[in-house]
Amino acid sequence: MARARLPAAAEVAAWLEAHERKSLLRFITCGSVDDGKSTLIGRLLYETQMVFDDQLAALGEDSRRFGTRGAELDMALLVDGLQAEREQGITIDVAYRYFATARRKFIVADTPGHEQYTRNMVTGASNADLAVILIDARKGVLTQTRRHSYLVRLLGIRQAVLAVNKMDLVGYARERFESIVADYRAFAGRIGLDAVTPIPLSAALGENVTRAGGAMPWYAGPTLLAHLEAAPGDARLAAAPFRLPVQWVNRPNADFRGFAGQIASGSVRPGERVRILPSGREARVARLVTADGDLTEAAAGRSVTVTLDAEIDVGRGDLIAAADAAPEVADQFEATIVWLHEEPMLQGRAYLMKSGARTVAATVTPLKHRINVDTLEHTAAERLELNDIGVCEVELDQPIAFEPYERNRALGGFILIDRITNATVGAGLIHFALRRSHNIHWQALDVDKQLRARQKGQRACVLWLTGLSGAGKSSIANRIEKQLAAQGRHTYLLDGDNVRHGLNKDLGFAAQDRVENIRRVAEVARLMVDAGLIVLVSFISPFRAERSMARALFAPGEFFEIFVDTPLAVAESRDVKGLYRKARRGELRNFTGIDSPYEAPEHPEMRIDTTRVSADQAADLVVAHLKAAGVTGGA
Amino acid sequence: MTREGSAREAQLSHLERLEAESIHIIREAIAECEKPVMLYSIGKDSAVLLHLAIKAFFPAPLPLPLLHVDTTWKFRDMYAFRDATVRRLGLELIVHVNQEGIARGINPFTHGSQLHTDVMKTQALRQALDRHGFDAALGGARRDEEKSRAKERIFSFRSAQHRWDPRAQRPELWSLYNARKRAGESFRVFPLSNWTELDVWQYIRREAIPLVPLYFAAERPVVERDGALIMVDDERLPLAPGERPMARKVRFRTLGCYPLTGAIESEADTVEAVIAEMLATRSSERAGRVIDHDAAASMETKKLEGYF
Repeated sequence: MARARLPAAAEVAAWLEAHERKSLLRFITCGSVDDGKSTLIGRLLYETQMVFDDQLAALGEDSRRFGTRGAELDMALLVDGLQAEREQGITIDVAYRYFATARRKFIVADTPGHEQYTRNMVTGASNADLAVILIDARKGVLTQTRRHSYLVRLLGIRQAVLAVNKMDLVGYARERFESIVADYRAFAGRIGLDAVTPIPLSAALGENVTRAGGAMPWYAGPTLLAHLEAAPGDARLAAAPFRLPVQWVNRPNADFRGFAGQIASGSVRPGERVRILPSGREARVARLVTADGDLTEAAAGRSVTVTLDAEIDVGRGDLIAAADAAPEVADQFEATIVWLHEEPMLQGRAYLMKSGARTVAATVTPLKHRINVDTLEHTAAERLELNDIGVCEVELDQPIAFEPYERNRALGGFILIDRITNATVGAGLIHFALRRSHNIHWQALDVDKQLRARQKGQRACVLWLTGLSGAGKSSIANRIEKQLAAQGRHTYLLDGDNVRHGLNKDLGFAAQDRVENIRRVAEVARLMVDAGLIVLVSFISPFRAERSMARALFAPGEFFEIFVDTPLAVAESRDVKGLYRKARRGELRNFTGIDSPYEAPEHPEMRIDTTRVSADQAADLVVAHLKAAGVTGGA
Repeated sequence: MTREGSAREAQLSHLERLEAESIHIIREAIAECEKPVMLYSIGKDSAVLLHLAIKAFFPAPLPLPLLHVDTTWKFRDMYAFRDATVRRLGLELIVHVNQEGIARGINPFTHGSQLHTDVMKTQALRQALDRHGFDAALGGARRDEEKSRAKERIFSFRSAQHRWDPRAQRPELWSLYNARKRAGESFRVFPLSNWTELDVWQYIRREAIPLVPLYFAAERPVVERDGALIMVDDERLPLAPGERPMARKVRFRTLGCYPLTGAIESEADTVEAVIAEMLATRSSERAGRVIDHDAAASMETKKLEGYF
């Protein structure tokens, strides 16, 4: 191998010159468990001399212990990293591999081919420019092949290599290869994957991976590596209008205010006019500042710091865009969502959404349909489970600047984060803004909440009573309201049963209905608080996420979460409405405490232990608490 | 005013793309975390990381301190280089030594590399992070160094006990990093994840980044042990009866505790010569590290316990 000899100085200089300017290609490999994906990547690493002697020695030892190829080196073991997966013979997550040739550096996302496939593949595909789709020549185009191709296209990859592997096991038969390619092209055309390059190969033997094999003289195309070296990069981003999401405001002193970020598309020069979104203010770019001196121009992909010629308020999460071609700003849009977490996605639940450098609250409103990735059929759905893909409407608590994902990954892709666990639970691809968001504006009113509440001699607030059915919430809420009315306070009680007879009579008790039930009640309570009232909400409200969503609607100090704490056994023994008996008999489904969970508050403002205090005593405690908190301190 | 991209700045090279990505990651970490710190091991990867961080925030000074977890067994040249770098760039440096380990007299000879590394590096790092309440530690580790690192996220979540759970990692899509956490939890952030050893050297050359002289060949006193050339950096290295240090022209591919770091014989005394040697080399970078050979998949085990 070339490496065994020390290059001469002149050779090194030439090499350095060439290698400093080479480009970078990121690609993903997709295949089912036995298609030979790890073997192919191992082969690429081995043939491009990324495998060193000590690693080869380790590989020899590993091949004997875990290998599936007898005495031969098992290339797959070069890339299967963690102990656990080696023992199971499968890879378990997304792994990244690196190799380089004289023309290009490559980053490979390697994803496994079993049940967590969608999550891992979507992750690996999100940054890839190209996909290598593996097919076992003996098996042809499978359901998984179609699934992988659909996901690749969904994530915005437009070029694919159809690597028909294990050609050695079908006698290098040209007809076999051509019939697989014909099958595949028919499908690829349907999903808009147009640039497909089919290559027949044997990863195990190295045929057509890095060297043209003598075994398939009928194939005149490039080897896999030659194709990867020549595949064009994405030129569309550089040609698109200028977009810079602001990551960081650089303010070392009063004289310098720079806005730092990585350019998402287009390019910029000093003097060019830009618009700041969502504010809409405009300015000109003054300087492009770097540690190596100012730039005269910066283009897509570069991390820069820009200064402006005017004092404009710009913060992290804002977007600096070409003034004559600024993107849309919206707070409602349609998106495809890929669900990444074991806990299902529920309509109406509030999540955090991170897009660019901006994190906002997002609610998924109607789920239009779920997509079956094997058949591409659309089916009705009310929730998304792990690895499900659906089309939804997403509503934000504030407008953001965005672009359709198909046009720009950085401005159209987002992640959803669970507000309680902080887990990354979903990935989203924006389609377009919904017209509604352009038309509805908050009306600024002169008579406000404070004025209305002052007229009533109180501070507006909400008392949110949560607890099991039969815990005593309604009895306590009734007594609190009576005492407040006696003091001349203005109140209203929203009771779970009553609201379900009217406003929410269209909702059942499945998890997504419970979420919507609470969302509506929280919004009604918010309007009533705005009207200056002391609002009592008496709802089981079993999920922490919804209570925290409700809390987020109110100003600090306005929301009092009161946990009416009654052990299940006690509530069940009371069973005032006979509901527990029905639930135990299986006549009532999704009953909290029986077959639907109750998530106790972690930090309620008050906790009332009904095994120790009566309803009257509980009401006294709450009323005293309100006085101490200044809600009723006035009169 | 919207114009053709082709007439404008040419496509970025691989080094420029890596640089831009790393700067983006560093800025994200500083923007999203309350009390970040940069782990500074004095080696070449740390040097590149520091260089990138300075670029990320220019003209502002570096908005985070450096933390050196000192085992007290580093090469003398490393300490000198560390102190000179901090002075030259006006940085804030925190040096942490596990004093319990010192009190127990932990050293690589009597206790072996595994225990020494565990007490003086892994435990020491946890102590330092806890003591200062750092919620993000930026480090120069790369995914190409070792197989278990290939799967680690760029923002790698750690429990309040500093544990890494490879099976419960947050999916990381596009360049969107979820840095949300609860009190006590933290992140290890790896801005150089996508760099290879060769990328690092090419970038050092392009940017003329200063390095500890040990990376370049010179005559140094060494002894040969189990096939590794160990430098006799001070009088603490116990010599076997009859064992005599010999002067050899050597350099180091990675730097750590001197008794645990093998040198290679080399003539490469410039960055270009080092790159030339890499092109001809037949062994991986970590081959010189004694600690990686302790047990199969040893790095994975160390990482689960909180090793960087």
